[in-house]
Amino acid sequence: MTPITIVFLITAIVTLGAAVMVVTARNLVHAALWLILTLFGVAVFYVLLSASFLAVVQVVIYIGAIAILMIFAIMLTRRVMQDTGPTVNQGWWLAALISIALFGGLSWMLSTWIGFDTNMPQLSQGADSLQQLGQALVSPNAYILPFELASVLLLAALIGAIMIAWERK
Amino acid sequence: MGDPITLIAEFIRGLLTGWGFSSGLVTLILKFLGVGAVASFVLVLDILLVWVERKIVARFQDRLGPNRLGPFGLIQPIADVIKLLIKEDILPEGADKVVYNLAPIFPLATVLLLWAVIPMAPTILGSDVNIGVLYIVAIGDLGTLGIIMAGWASNNKYALIGAFRTVAQMVSYEVPMVIALLIPVILAHSMGMQSIVDAQSVWFVVMAPLAALIFLITSIAELGRAPFDLTEAESEIVAGFHIEYTGMKFGLFYAGELLHALTVSALMSTLFLGGWRGPFVEQAPILGVVYLFIKAFFVYYVIMWVRYSFPRLRIDQMLNFCWKFLTPLALVLLIVTAILDKVLAGAATSVYILSNLGANLVIAWVTVQILVTYAKRERQRVGQEREIASFRKPEVEELIAQEVVK
Repeated sequence: MTPITIVFLITAIVTLGAAVMVVTARNLVHAALWLILTLFGVAVFYVLLSASFLAVVQVVIYIGAIAILMIFAIMLTRRVMQDTGPTVNQGWWLAALISIALFGGLSWMLSTWIGFDTNMPQLSQGADSLQQLGQALVSPNAYILPFELASVLLLAALIGAIMIAWERK
Repeated sequence: MGDPITLIAEFIRGLLTGWGFSSGLVTLILKFLGVGAVASFVLVLDILLVWVERKIVARFQDRLGPNRLGPFGLIQPIADVIKLLIKEDILPEGADKVVYNLAPIFPLATVLLLWAVIPMAPTILGSDVNIGVLYIVAIGDLGTLGIIMAGWASNNKYALIGAFRTVAQMVSYEVPMVIALLIPVILAHSMGMQSIVDAQSVWFVVMAPLAALIFLITSIAELGRAPFDLTEAESEIVAGFHIEYTGMKFGLFYAGELLHALTVSALMSTLFLGGWRGPFVEQAPILGVVYLFIKAFFVYYVIMWVRYSFPRLRIDQMLNFCWKFLTPLALVLLIVTAILDKVLAGAATSVYILSNLGANLVIAWVTVQILVTYAKRERQRVGQEREIASFRKPEVEELIAQEVVK
């Protein structure tokens, strides 16, 4: 077992454990904090894959923005935290069915994947992966269309938010 | 040329290899030693900062400050630490025990993490990651988390209000801060901290003075220091998010805040003031550490100067200032810097520097003009005769008339 495998296993256990805690925790703020640990675990996976940019972006967006806003929203709904009712509603069997189907499908897909035995390819020496990613995002031969589409989507969301918050006089 | 730190590291590496350790293990041990050394150095410096802060605030307020223990009161912080350590540790009624105890670790730990990417000298730096600038932003977010946890877990309304204010402030001020951080990235063509310092043959504060100013202002806001100290406004919400904390847990918040101020100063020096650059640094790399800390302490002094000179902002002023002033200005600066960088791709360095400086001056002038116009309009608006409370004038007159009839 190489050191990277040990780190991977520890991270995987922590991430999955935290994910289970997210859905079982009674207290919503605790659930949000467990969610942050899960998201952080995913960031560690990115680091293990040498995708440092994605790892940091994961922390900035998911922990810095989304999780903090989530906690903020939960704090504003104080009574929810004292809720002692059941944690599942009537549609639980549907959710369970979809989860099992999704998990089964993903497992089946991964079981037919042949990439498990190949080693991680070494990056060419001196190449800046960040620079390559940046150029790929704006290159017409690569991902310019998805990139611009995402930009338009975010811009639309931004304008929508302003329209909702606009105070007409 | 070698510097003492590298020499010691090489000596230990030789020693451990001689004892028969594998090279991977030796590297691991050296990394742990390096982390320990940087963290200890910064934490010891933190104790000194308590003294610096108290002594300088005393000078600003025309007092003497700590002067009883040791020469110039230098032993005072150690006495403070002992006092904090032996104080009673109180867990408030109804507090969330785990989160409450976990929260104080975050502010100090995240600040320590920032030192991993600050290059102290040409040869001394923790990790030269190619995403250094983004890493700083990410770590700052984790620091916010600690404050929210503290505010929520204390089961105290003032603590919760403090936490709310903190979130509003930090999430808002992060926007202009990130945009301002992108400007040195454009100028240096890299996100790595070491490359940014390497690119500063002319300090970036010359090429982007407005970006430096925005970064300083937003950093002070992220620190939660006056004039942005709404998060712990004594006269409104007692002490904000750390109201319930006693002893060393309070000490961790306090130490975290002081160290954060110095760290932000070090970041400011690295990004805009040339970092470890200075005379003779090529011959003796260890001088870089000295230069970095001289610059950092200068910025730290400016931050303290601001802190003890300005009154606290109101919460709407704080948010307006961020969203209606800093963010648009930062966006304009970013666009102009990016266009200039492309247009002047092949131009001489002096042309590049002068046009960037010129663009900044023009933007500053336009901004001041807009502000002057706005201030004039605002003064007129405030000066206008307004109706009393929610009554309209005729209604008030009618009421008075009724009173007179009675």
